[in-house]
Amino acid sequence: MGMNNDGRPDPEALLEKVQRDEAQAARGKLKIFFGASPGVGKTYAMLSAARILREQGVELVVGLVETHGRSETARLLEGLEYLPPKSMPHQGRMLHEFDLDAALARKPALILVDELAHSNVSGSRHPKRWQDVEELLAAGINVYTTVNVQHLESLNDIIGGITGIQVRETLPDRVFEQADEITLVDLPPDELLQRMREGKVYLPQQAERAIHNFFRKGNLIALRELALRRTADAVDTQMREYRADRAISQVWQAKERLMVCVGPGADSIRLVRSAARLAASLHADWLAVYVETPKLQRLSETRRNQIFKTLHLAQELGAETTSLSGAELAQTLLTYAREHNVSKLVVGKSSRSVLARLLRPSPADELASQVDMDVYIVGHEPEQSAQEHAAPLPWLEIKTPVREARAGYLWAAVACVATSLATAGLVNIFDLANVIMLYLLVVVLISVRFGRGPGIFASILSVVSFDFFFVEPRFSLTVDDTQYLFTFVLMLAVTLVISNLTASLQYQARIARYRERRAESLFDAGRVMASALTAGQILQDGVPRLAGVFQSQVAILLPDSHDKLHPPLEGDHVAELPGNLPGNLLTDLDLGVAQWAYDHQESAGLGTHTLPANPVFYLPLRAPMCTRGVLALRPTDPRQIFQPEQQRLLETFAAQIALALERVHYVEVAQDALVNMEAERLRNSLLSAISHDLRTPLTGLVGLSATLADLPQMQDAASRELVSAIHAQALRINALVINLLDMARMQAGGLNLNKQWQPIEEVVGSALRASKDLLVQHHVETYLSPALPLVALDAMMIERVLCNLLDNAAKYTPEGSRIVVSASLLGEWMEVSVADNGSGLPEGMEERIFEKFTRGEKESSRPGVGLGLAICRAIVQAHGGRIRAENRAEGGARFVFTLPLGTPPTLDASSVEPLET
Amino acid sequence: MPSVPHVVVIEDDKSIQRFLRTALEAAGMSVFVAATGRQGLVEANTRKPDLLIVDLGLPDMDGTEVIRTLRSWNTQPIIVLSARSQEHEKVLALDAGADDYLSKPFGMDELMARIRAHLRRQDRVQGCVEQQFCFGDICIDFSRRSVTKGGAPMHLTPIEYRLLGVLARNAGKVMTHRHLLREVWGPSHAESSHYLRIYMGHLRQKLEDDPAQPKHLLTETGIGYRLIAAD
Repeated sequence: MGMNNDGRPDPEALLEKVQRDEAQAARGKLKIFFGASPGVGKTYAMLSAARILREQGVELVVGLVETHGRSETARLLEGLEYLPPKSMPHQGRMLHEFDLDAALARKPALILVDELAHSNVSGSRHPKRWQDVEELLAAGINVYTTVNVQHLESLNDIIGGITGIQVRETLPDRVFEQADEITLVDLPPDELLQRMREGKVYLPQQAERAIHNFFRKGNLIALRELALRRTADAVDTQMREYRADRAISQVWQAKERLMVCVGPGADSIRLVRSAARLAASLHADWLAVYVETPKLQRLSETRRNQIFKTLHLAQELGAETTSLSGAELAQTLLTYAREHNVSKLVVGKSSRSVLARLLRPSPADELASQVDMDVYIVGHEPEQSAQEHAAPLPWLEIKTPVREARAGYLWAAVACVATSLATAGLVNIFDLANVIMLYLLVVVLISVRFGRGPGIFASILSVVSFDFFFVEPRFSLTVDDTQYLFTFVLMLAVTLVISNLTASLQYQARIARYRERRAESLFDAGRVMASALTAGQILQDGVPRLAGVFQSQVAILLPDSHDKLHPPLEGDHVAELPGNLPGNLLTDLDLGVAQWAYDHQESAGLGTHTLPANPVFYLPLRAPMCTRGVLALRPTDPRQIFQPEQQRLLETFAAQIALALERVHYVEVAQDALVNMEAERLRNSLLSAISHDLRTPLTGLVGLSATLADLPQMQDAASRELVSAIHAQALRINALVINLLDMARMQAGGLNLNKQWQPIEEVVGSALRASKDLLVQHHVETYLSPALPLVALDAMMIERVLCNLLDNAAKYTPEGSRIVVSASLLGEWMEVSVADNGSGLPEGMEERIFEKFTRGEKESSRPGVGLGLAICRAIVQAHGGRIRAENRAEGGARFVFTLPLGTPPTLDASSVEPLET
Repeated sequence: MPSVPHVVVIEDDKSIQRFLRTALEAAGMSVFVAATGRQGLVEANTRKPDLLIVDLGLPDMDGTEVIRTLRSWNTQPIIVLSARSQEHEKVLALDAGADDYLSKPFGMDELMARIRAHLRRQDRVQGCVEQQFCFGDICIDFSRRSVTKGGAPMHLTPIEYRLLGVLARNAGKVMTHRHLLREVWGPSHAESSHYLRIYMGHLRQKLEDDPAQPKHLLTETGIGYRLIAAD
């Protein structure tokens, strides 16, 4: 992405950074203590740093630290909280491993985990410790750890070359690069050797051995240089990021994209590592691509596995991997490279002989002559592996039973003999050239019908028969005319070429048929998924299809509303393949692993990083909005699902199922919403009707009694009193009806708040006005600061709360009492209170009065059934606030409710004072 | 205008009809009662009323519809009676052209006060356009665009002045949020009701003695505002 001319950083780059920062804010921070070799004091440095932090009050736990019997280090551990290691049985011994679950449960601010590159004992959740650490970071725990330079994946072969010792425990470079801080722990080689001799690193006899092997001074210097360089690179990256943040950089190069072409050769691993280093030094994205040509499809199993391993390594090193298929290697590669904006190509040097290269240019040469991008050719080491016997792809295996193969050879023999006998009789009519043609026809037919072997057999047999039956002297294998020797050779060559061609054409046809079948099954699944109406249907249709395509036992696990996966019921959503493998998916199914896959949105189990020992492969069903479930497969043959092509097919299937599940989910949500809306409408109209039917006669009662009291005929004081009592009772019934209806509304469908940004003053004002008649005998005061912010509230509802509280205050205090309404800010809340100076609440009733049908006084002549405060509480809680009652120290009761403050909308400047009036 | 005000009551409930008639006639008005919307429209057309009282829940047609029809040829004040608790029905009725509303059950004193206020306002409208409008100790001089409180000049921003002006010209009438926003800010701000609340707050701070217990600039919760000239 280019830099804008005005020197501001590219918005896309900034956005990317913001997103990265956001993701990182939630993640824990990783600090790596990095060293050139064991014994430089990484663990010591880590523990020292930790002790300082602990003195500053940071809550930290030692997850796992290897002291290697070094007493200086062990002393530093004293007094630090230590997480007990988990004992894992391994080949009859108990090994101590880092206890990830205990660490996650303990959740300290910082945890110390030594040796990031360590491989866990098989049976642990993750094969590698760095994966444990990833999980800690994802859980927001900061981690301190140590790494030696020889463990870095991309430097692995270089260091192997220098020291002669191949390190097996490696750490993907991206883990190292993504560390938030890297601290180099450095010690000059001489001092290190001195420390070793003093026995400070290893026990003396070990030390002596070590000094002569790994710890040779030359090695140490080389390792130190590598470690310093890597640290410098890391600092350089930080500097770049800093410059990018501050928009210091003037030049912003378009991002490089590098593509490496992986082949079946054993040196591909080296090729991939070189590419990774190159990509890292160029700060480029990189792709690793394998092109499967028909020729490569016939490679042996082990070599094909080698390719997948290489691709896997590339993925570990941060590449995006793809396997393409095409007839022409160079052409396919170039098309892909152009489509993906690749600027640099990395290919291996061909190891073929000069003669072979003369006949056909190597892919590297071919590429170099065609491309408009840089091509890097990486040299190779002499190949040790012998050419292996070619074997076809498992799914393309021509399953010709031995009997049919024999039949092929028999048919070839019979055909040749029959042709010879038939033509021998006609040799006077037939020219010899035609006889040859006839033999060719037989060879073609045999190759088409029975394949390569019988074809070749037929071609040899036809040459022999031709010699025996038709070439002078006839009925012998000797030849008079030497010319015929050429005929034999040519005839043999032609028949061989034909049989070979025919066979390979058939092979390609089979591949084409296979591809077509796959496309068809995908298309078919897509159609079925699109028409499914319920989740049950999706499972019913999807599971058997998957089982067939991947030759696996398949189950789909769906989550409940609490995101908890449930095992499938017996026979439900599980497709069994008719009796073909021992074991059973249902018994092997580990819900814990499935749940992990679901929660982390990563595949787990068989063949993955997470619990690879599990015989079942768990693939999360990811849809655009969320994960919809987990697909569990127990393959007959793991190759069925781990070949890249199959893997991609499986992912496509999974995506289709996930999408279908999501679609069905939203259909259900929409239906529910519709039903709810309908119910809400019905409820509202019902309540509205009841309200109307109750209030109309009440209005009559109130109005008639008031009119009656005013009539000139009503002179008698006693009658007037009776009439006004009727009036008052009617009003009480009305208040009751309002409360009952409100309660009914709230109970029936919750509260639908119509929240608006309001000044609280306005609501208090209207509540006071509505309660005016009740409060004539009381002194009401308000304390509201004019500086109070707007709050989001439903004015009608909060007015009801205030009216109820004022009504209470008026009811339970003697005439002439003081009622104070005030509002103030308290942190994130606005607190509104109604206080009086009456007799206060009965002891112990502060909480209970908010319950339905509860009143402060048991035997009371005062009106109300105790719904008012229950309604208040429901309304305040619906606003996200709290309500409480308390007795004031100076006497009287105080009711307080809180409302959450938010960010009120600002006034748009243009609308505030638009035009001069 | 006749010396005896004519009031048309469109209300289907017999007992409410009854006491309304009694109370209004006792106050010296002549009352014409209609039990359905259609009959009410006929009465309103023939009796030339000075004021109408309309119940929103009528048996034959929607009260809001009656108001809209009435407003197509009639400008007399309309007071709405509503038994429903849903505020938006009242807003609809007010937007359709009603001037005021009362929730059932209502006190007779309240109703009589409202009727008198609207009749008074009607008198004023019939007369010439005033140069000055006063309520409490506050006076607005429309010709000089000035506002005084207790004789002292008050400084109002243009929007505050405009809002006060709209309320004053419709004194006694309930003005819905939407209506006020459209009058003061223009049609594009019909939904930004927090503007209105903030400016009403400013007006109260400047003009009311106790802004938390306003006497003139009243809130009709969930509906709008009303300026009351006399208490």
